Amino acid sequence: MAWIRKDLLGLEDLSREEIELILTTAESFKEISTREIKKVPALRGKTVVNLFYEPSTRTRVSFEVAAKRLSADVINIATETSSVRKGETLIDTGKNIQALKADIIVVRHNCSGAATMLARHLDISVVNAGDGWHEHPTQALLDIFTLKEKFGRIAGLKVSIVGDIAHSRVARSNIWGLTKLGAEVTVCAPKMLIPEGIEKMGARVTYDIDEALKEAEAVNVLRMQFERDEKAAFPQQLEYFKQYGITTQRLKKAKKKIIVMHPGPINRGIEISSEIADGENSVILEQVTNGIAVRMGVLFLVAQARDNNGGNHTD
Amino acid sequence: MIEKAKILDKEALNRSLMRIAHEILEKNKGTQNLCLIGIRSRGACLAQRLGALILRIDQVMVPVGILDITLYRDDLTMIGSGPVVHKTEIDFDITGKNVVLIDDVLYTGRTVRAALDALIDFGRPKTIQLAVLIDRGHRELPIRADYVGKNIPTSKNEIVEVRLEETDGIDEVVIVGQDKPG
Repeated sequence: MAWIRKDLLGLEDLSREEIELILTTAESFKEISTREIKKVPALRGKTVVNLFYEPSTRTRVSFEVAAKRLSADVINIATETSSVRKGETLIDTGKNIQALKADIIVVRHNCSGAATMLARHLDISVVNAGDGWHEHPTQALLDIFTLKEKFGRIAGLKVSIVGDIAHSRVARSNIWGLTKLGAEVTVCAPKMLIPEGIEKMGARVTYDIDEALKEAEAVNVLRMQFERDEKAAFPQQLEYFKQYGITTQRLKKAKKKIIVMHPGPINRGIEISSEIADGENSVILEQVTNGIAVRMGVLFLVAQARDNNGGNHTD
Repeated sequence: MIEKAKILDKEALNRSLMRIAHEILEKNKGTQNLCLIGIRSRGACLAQRLGALILRIDQVMVPVGILDITLYRDDLTMIGSGPVVHKTEIDFDITGKNVVLIDDVLYTGRTVRAALDALIDFGRPKTIQLAVLIDRGHRELPIRADYVGKNIPTSKNEIVEVRLEETDGIDEVVIVGQDKPG
């Protein structure tokens, strides 16, 4: 099958075949990062703009590395130092970037739906690097890619996602992607961090961490974000670690070969113990490596689709 | 589209490959520093076969690699929607080696141009030689083959189809083309 979308906005919109195409494309790109000359000319002459309205190091750097390994030119815009401070809207910023003849905007924004809105107003490609609580498709794709590499399959795989499900775009994208490929997804968190209606997305819900881990072949541990009030945060963090933290003790009751994933940055001693984060079940750093291959695949596919259709602008 | 002529059948195809294998060994004075790299997908099959033939002739297994040149093409936007990117599998160092690049059909030369760029990103071979099963002419770049199975004069609206057991279930080379009215 051929990829025809000029944008990648989320996994909810994609078919199983489209997700599989991204994964196989990424597989082919992985080898490039192992070469002595880690570069191919596929996106030579293309310009990729990273437009980040939220602080991010790993996602931005990963996209930047991916674009550069494809020979694209990369421009990073951090909104703290741009005209956004002077009140420019997202769409105006996007249109200006388009007028500069950039080819792809990689956007991270704290509002759900920001990437979709931007894509609707622009002819150039938009890749969602995280929008509010909505989706973070490339993170889920790299998680799924890592699982597929480890297990050789996704269908029937038992995956538990543990942590702040309510505020997590990573969780949402993972649930969409994994269930489309036939995995059995369980989400686990304290009740207040499980959003209502999450079962409708195809995930099983449990509040009991031991139960979530018992049958799981992989656990994806999400970062806990407590409020900045440190006095209140500290006891909360201890309590969370005690009840839901992924520790050696807790994993003793799980499958011996359970894979531990984390989208990073990790909070040692809050959602995961150092022993597990650095231990043999952890694939956290492999996820980072795979993220480059997945983002190379995505950038390549959207650029290609736009070249072939001349964009699928609908306005 | 109609099938116009069969250029090679199974026996003729195998004889051509056997001759090319001997020529490669003759020119390189044996298997020292020799490696074969096939261009996906049929060039890769041919590389495997030439590797097996060289093993039969000289009892030496030379390294065989597979090159995917999709990312190096200059006509990505012209070949229609969704070229599929496959893996490149070269798990040996090509620096200082005599590399024989293998493809099924040599036509405009643009595939070979892309393959040369790709190879040079992997290292600095001592030489790169080119082996093709069919040379059909119409070059657009200054490229020629060192080993040719068969030269076939063609017109530009004809298509040369190399079919191999591994990919198509049969070994043969045919020309297909539009039947000109009148």
